[in-house]
Amino acid sequence: MPFIEAHEITKIYRLGDIELHALNRVSLAIEKGEFVSIMGPSGSGKSTFMNIIGCLDKPSDGRYLLEGIDVGGLDRDDLAGIRNKKIGFIFQGFNLLPRTSAIENVELPMLYDGIPAKDRKEHSLRALKSVGLEGRGDHHPNQLSGGQQQRVAIARALVNNAPIILADEPTGNLDSKTSAEIMELLRKLNNESNITVILVTHENDIAAYSKRIIRFLDGCIVSDEKVVRS
Amino acid sequence: MINIPSTIKISFRALKVNKMRSALTMLGIIIGVGAVIAMIAIGTGASKRIAEQISSMGSNLLMILPGATTAGGVRMGAGTQPTLTMSDAEAILKECLAVSDIAPVLNGVAQIVYGHQNWSTGVVGTTSGMLNVRDWPLASGRSFTQQDVKSATKVCLLGQTVVENLFGDMDPIGQIIRIKKIPFTVVGVLGSKGQSPQGQDQDDTIHVPVTTAQKKLFGTTFPGMVRIIMVKGKSAETLPAAEKQITELLRQRHRIGSKQDNDFTVRNLTQVMQTAEQSTKVMALLLGAIASVSLLVGGIGIMNIMLVSVTERTREIGIRMAIGAKTWDIRLQFIIEALILSLIGGVAGIIAGISGSKIITLFAGWSTIVSPFSVFIAFGFSGLVGIFFGFYPAYKASLLDPIDALRYE
Repeated sequence: MPFIEAHEITKIYRLGDIELHALNRVSLAIEKGEFVSIMGPSGSGKSTFMNIIGCLDKPSDGRYLLEGIDVGGLDRDDLAGIRNKKIGFIFQGFNLLPRTSAIENVELPMLYDGIPAKDRKEHSLRALKSVGLEGRGDHHPNQLSGGQQQRVAIARALVNNAPIILADEPTGNLDSKTSAEIMELLRKLNNESNITVILVTHENDIAAYSKRIIRFLDGCIVSDEKVVRS
Repeated sequence: MINIPSTIKISFRALKVNKMRSALTMLGIIIGVGAVIAMIAIGTGASKRIAEQISSMGSNLLMILPGATTAGGVRMGAGTQPTLTMSDAEAILKECLAVSDIAPVLNGVAQIVYGHQNWSTGVVGTTSGMLNVRDWPLASGRSFTQQDVKSATKVCLLGQTVVENLFGDMDPIGQIIRIKKIPFTVVGVLGSKGQSPQGQDQDDTIHVPVTTAQKKLFGTTFPGMVRIIMVKGKSAETLPAAEKQITELLRQRHRIGSKQDNDFTVRNLTQVMQTAEQSTKVMALLLGAIASVSLLVGGIGIMNIMLVSVTERTREIGIRMAIGAKTWDIRLQFIIEALILSLIGGVAGIIAGISGSKIITLFAGWSTIVSPFSVFIAFGFSGLVGIFFGFYPAYKASLLDPIDALRYE
């Protein structure tokens, strides 16, 4: 049984009378511990696909199984629970809460998981340490560089021991040196903690960090290949 | 799982970001709660004052006034026809079962002199029953005796105002004062009664035996005439019965035929005052109701600000949702924020209301009473306002689509 299994997923947006097929019968399986890049031009359906994988959205048709559970039959709060425990999100724009310290940002997923305050603090410090931000817990996002903010976001994604990290253009707002650092961090997490990483990117050199590249075009998968390391 | 302490902490932080806005939003609630408390305090103060006046007048009090004379078709008004006598008063006490005591009154105004001081005041000719009828305690000395009334002795009781004006700090008991140049011995001093419901100083008075007033001070049209008979009923419940008994007795005594009108009037003053007290209470409620409209407006202010806040923080809501916040996590966060606004506003409003009441008492001289009940109600109501007006914005926030919310700029 695959870890993540999409079976003939179709997503249709209705804009007035026009039906827009964002995804057209996409089937895909991802095993635990894979490092997958999803590429494709804008409008190709890759973001829609990521939203469905991330349980932020539901398919119009087809089935999406996460660890064998059919997500299609779950309600809003069940989906929120899955996002909380199974999925860590990393966004292009970092999406940290402003005016909130790094440590409190990292604590956020545990807050919604009902973990006691003392444990939250302990876990957050450990997560911050693992992304190399020891001692920066009291800094607010506006006191941190872009790379550091993205590390806080990664710590936040890790802190609930989620088995999946979904990264939506995580290096889009970063310079090439910082991008490389962030990608190394993701690769390390994938290698050492066996975390499944799925990332959306436009850039080939970023996709090169992954082990498998899936290309989307017009709502369909056009290629799915293993990265051959030279 | 919803974590209340952390949610409260988050809410405080969110409110601190826009200090001015939060303060102004609270101001609506502060004014509302303050107004409710102050208005109820004014109303309660007014009805308390009336209640005090009722008790100062004497409880279960009836007044019998003589009827009106008609002179050539011109009716002269109540009390102009001298029809009540001492024997009427005695008969009422003897024969009406619902009556516990009586006090006949023959009064007038006279100049009184003590040493170099003089003062003009109301002189009330009455009996020892007066103090009982009007629940009027003596401050010192003694009241009239039966003998004083029977033999028309020249003794008097002084009201506090008269004592102040004639004697200052001196003890008046045993002193001789002159009323209309006739010497009277002061035998007692009346306790303080304060203002009457009509605003008269009830302490500006001298009591003398009614017979003395009749024979030596004011004179009468016929022997034994009195101006008013005050009657104390046995209880509030039997007051109507007392009224009926008195009317029947006096009709009989005055030989009034069944077709003729009474030549006297029986007035139930307590009832009149109780009606006044009732209407003050209604007034207090009305004031409170009007004030609660401002509390309602304050609540709408909270809703307005919370709606703005939800829109401004759409992205934050999206992040929280993506990270795993459930419907009620989001709702509770905004409801708690609204609740914090309204409860802090409520506490400040209570302080404002209490100090406002004090200021009103200080400057306008109105008596105000802040009842714990009104404080409790106002505070509870402000909490309800917070929950009620916080719910819609919170509901709206919880229905946001996480994807749209995350993309919101």
